[in-house]
Parts: sequence; C-alpha cells; structure tokens
Amino acid sequence: MDWISLLLVPAIKSLVVVVALLTGFAYLSYVERKLVARFQVRYGPNRAGPFGILQPISDALKMVFKEEIVPLNVDHVVYLLSPALTVMPALVIWAVIPVSGASFTLFGQTITPYVSDVNVGLLYILAIASLATYGIVLAGWSSNNKYSLLGALRTSSQMLSYELPMGITLVSVLLIAGSLSLVDIVQAQRGVWFALLQPIGFIIYFICGLAEAGRSPFDLPETENELVSGFATEYGGIKFALFFMGEYIHMITISALATTFFLGGWYGPFVNQIPVLGLVYFLIKVAFMIFLIVWIRASLPRIRYDKLMHFCWKFLLPLSLLNLVVTAVVLVLVG
Amino acid sequence: MLREVWSGSIEILRAMWITLKHFFRPPVTNQYPDDRVPVYPRFRARHVLKRYENGLERCIGCSLCAAACPTDCILVIAAENTEENRRSPGERYAEVYEINLLRCIFCGYCAEACPTEAIVLEHDFELSTHNRWDAIITQEELLEPHEPDYILIRDDQVWVEPKWGHLTK
Repeated sequence: MDWISLLLVPAIKSLVVVVALLTGFAYLSYVERKLVARFQVRYGPNRAGPFGILQPISDALKMVFKEEIVPLNVDHVVYLLSPALTVMPALVIWAVIPVSGASFTLFGQTITPYVSDVNVGLLYILAIASLATYGIVLAGWSSNNKYSLLGALRTSSQMLSYELPMGITLVSVLLIAGSLSLVDIVQAQRGVWFALLQPIGFIIYFICGLAEAGRSPFDLPETENELVSGFATEYGGIKFALFFMGEYIHMITISALATTFFLGGWYGPFVNQIPVLGLVYFLIKVAFMIFLIVWIRASLPRIRYDKLMHFCWKFLLPLSLLNLVVTAVVLVLVG
Repeated sequence: MLREVWSGSIEILRAMWITLKHFFRPPVTNQYPDDRVPVYPRFRARHVLKRYENGLERCIGCSLCAAACPTDCILVIAAENTEENRRSPGERYAEVYEINLLRCIFCGYCAEACPTEAIVLEHDFELSTHNRWDAIITQEELLEPHEPDYILIRDDQVWVEPKWGHLTK
C-alpha cells in the first residue's frame, strides 16, 4: 500500500466531507429559518440575494467581524477550546458513514464512498458522539456564569441519559445486521429497511437523536426563557458560531445516522443500474429527516426538565430494553 | 400508561398536522418597503398646515394649538400681515411654525383647538430621520401640499362580513 492510497486519498476525502458539511451547515441554517418561517406563515430571510440565498454568507461575515469579547474571570484555555471541542465530534463521526454504495476509480485509485470502513463503526459512533458532551460541559464550567453552568449540567445529564436508550436500540439493529460496520449494516437493508423491521427502535432512535443534538422539544441546554442561552451565554462572535455549527452539524449527523441505520442508506429503486443514484437517495433521505426535525421544532413546545428525565429513564429505557429482548427472541426463533 | 402513550402520540400528531396545514399557506407578511399598505382617508399621522382655495394660509398664528398641546411640542411665532406681504386672511400669520415630532404623541388636540382648522393630522407616517434635528419639522415641510407618492390612500369603504346582512333578512 503506497502513500497515496494510505494518506492522500483519505485526506482529500476528509477535506471533501468537511467542506460539504460546513457548506451544509451554512445552508441548513438558511433552510431551517426558511422552513420555520413557512410553518409560521412568514417569508423568512429574503433580503440578501435572490430568495435570501446569500443570507448564510452575510451571517458568517457578521460573526467573523464581531468583536472578540472574553469575560474577565473565565478559564481562558478551556473557554477558547470548548467551541472547537463541540464541533469536532460531529465532524469526525462522518468518517465512517457511507454516502453511496458504489466505489469508482480515479487516476488508478479505487475511491470508496466513505472515508474509512471501520469494522467497529457503530461503537466508534457511540464513542465519538459522547465526546460532544465535553465541549458543552467545559464551556459551561469555564464561563464562570451560573446560567452557563446550569445549562451545561442539564446538557450533560440529558445527553448521558439519552445515550442509553439510543445505544440499546442500536444493539437491536446490530442483532439484525450481524455486523458493526456501517457498510455492512446498510447492505443488510438491501431487501427491507430496518425502519420496517424495527419501527419502535426507529422512533426511539429518532427521539434520542433529537435529545442528543439538543433539538426542540429537547433543547434544554439553551432554554432561552430560563437560562438566557444556557452554556452559550458568555460566548459571542465566531465562538458562538462554532457552537451553532456544532448543533447544526449534529442535526445533519443524526439524520445521516438514522438514514444509515433505519432508512436503508443509499438503497432505492434502480440503484444497482445507476450507482450515482445512491448518493441522491442518501441525500434525499437525510433531507427528509432534517425536514422532520424542523417540522417537530415548529410544532412542539419544549418539555419540562424533570419530565425530560422521567421520559428517558421510566419510558424510553425500559421500552428499548423490551425491544431488544423481543428482537433477540424473534431472531432466535426465526433462525 | 398505554392510554397516556396513545393520547400523547395523538396530540403530537395533531400538532404536527396543524403546522403542516400552515406550511402550505401563502405567507401573510406585508413586504413593507416594497409593498405598501394603503392607509384609510381618516388615518391620522403627521400634521399638515392647510391653505384656503386661493392659496392663503389658514393659520393665523394664534398659538392655541401650542396651548392645547399636552407635550408642549409646538412652537408658533406670529407676525403682522401687511398689504405687500399677505399670507393669511386675518391680521396675523405664523412666521415660525415648528413641531418637534420626537415629543408629539399624535393626540390631535392641536387640530381640535385650531379655530380655523389650519392644522390637521394627515397620512404621512414615515417619520424616521437620520438626525435628531430633522425630527423638528418646519413650516415649509408642514404647509400644503404635502402628499408624498409613497403614501397610498385606500377608499373609505368599511369591509363587512357578507353573512352579517343575511342574518337580519
């Protein structure tokens, strides 16, 4: 194995993924504002460029040129590091997500449609997703602000709690697919999507995904009516934009993982004849999941904090365990 | 508990159905600086100093408006009319007439107090300025004609819901 396929190809693929995700984040903020506006019978941003499509660029410029304010008594290193710690895991997860089924050859190199096919992909995802909590907790702690600290405490307990049912649900997916590799999991859905075999699992995963990404109705980390802005209270300018980026890329990641685990990944009609369709189907499914998330944000109010914990520990966790047991028993009986 | 899960799910689906219905409606927003909403003829915004048909000013400089003004935002300094310089039919006219719009509360007492119906509140509601001193409007700006083309005026018909008439018939 020469250095090109070992270093250069993964590096270029990572670059492509990161650039795609950052562009996706910028336009997701535009799309979300537009969608929420239409749900509220408004127009949404339509001033910058035709239909407001230059809005993300103007937002980004505004954020970059804002004054860098660092409050007096913050822990400097941690304060500046934590926004990056929030963005990094959401980006790194994408290393193992296959976006299409077909490899292609370019300059004599076989290019696979994923950065790497780790044989413990699912464990890798669960491990990296947990890291996202650190950024938020450290941000809340280093800000030296009560609102930030409360937001961070809530975030940590919420994310830790909701990781459990999510992990258990993914174990039932693992039981059916028989592999931890994401490529194998998608290929196991060639015939029938896991969303149909695991409807309860899909719903549990989706609810936990909302909670993990801190999306409404589980956006307790930044309850602006009681905690100002939660962990992000003391952050401004590009540092705040990084938190924002982390949240939105998380949203894309959760949608992509739901697509991979439950909605058949790149599979769809005629995908074997025309391999490019795989990427199209994948993007369509991700876009549908994102629309669903925004739709839920426009529909449901934020739930109370104790209800959030009760819902997770007294309902979702037993239900996901039950789902796992039933899946295992059925699999043994069917053979 | 099963009933709770069931009813909760139904409520969530109902909420999402309502938002979905709204999603397909056209937006109700007025794109204000581009699409202007016409005002009613009796809409009361910025003051205008009226004239008679022959072009003479109605204002006689009596300062009753300034006396009636609860926020004391009107300044009137009167001067005598002469044969060479006749600006109003009476003995005196307003040489200086200024209204500080930063203080004005648009109560319309000045219009009520005016004996010659010289000052009235009319349709121009775009009163923002780049400079505080520009908020004090002078006689030149106040005097008729002041009908800027960005102010649209609609007809005075009051819209009545059609079924109201049917109920009494």
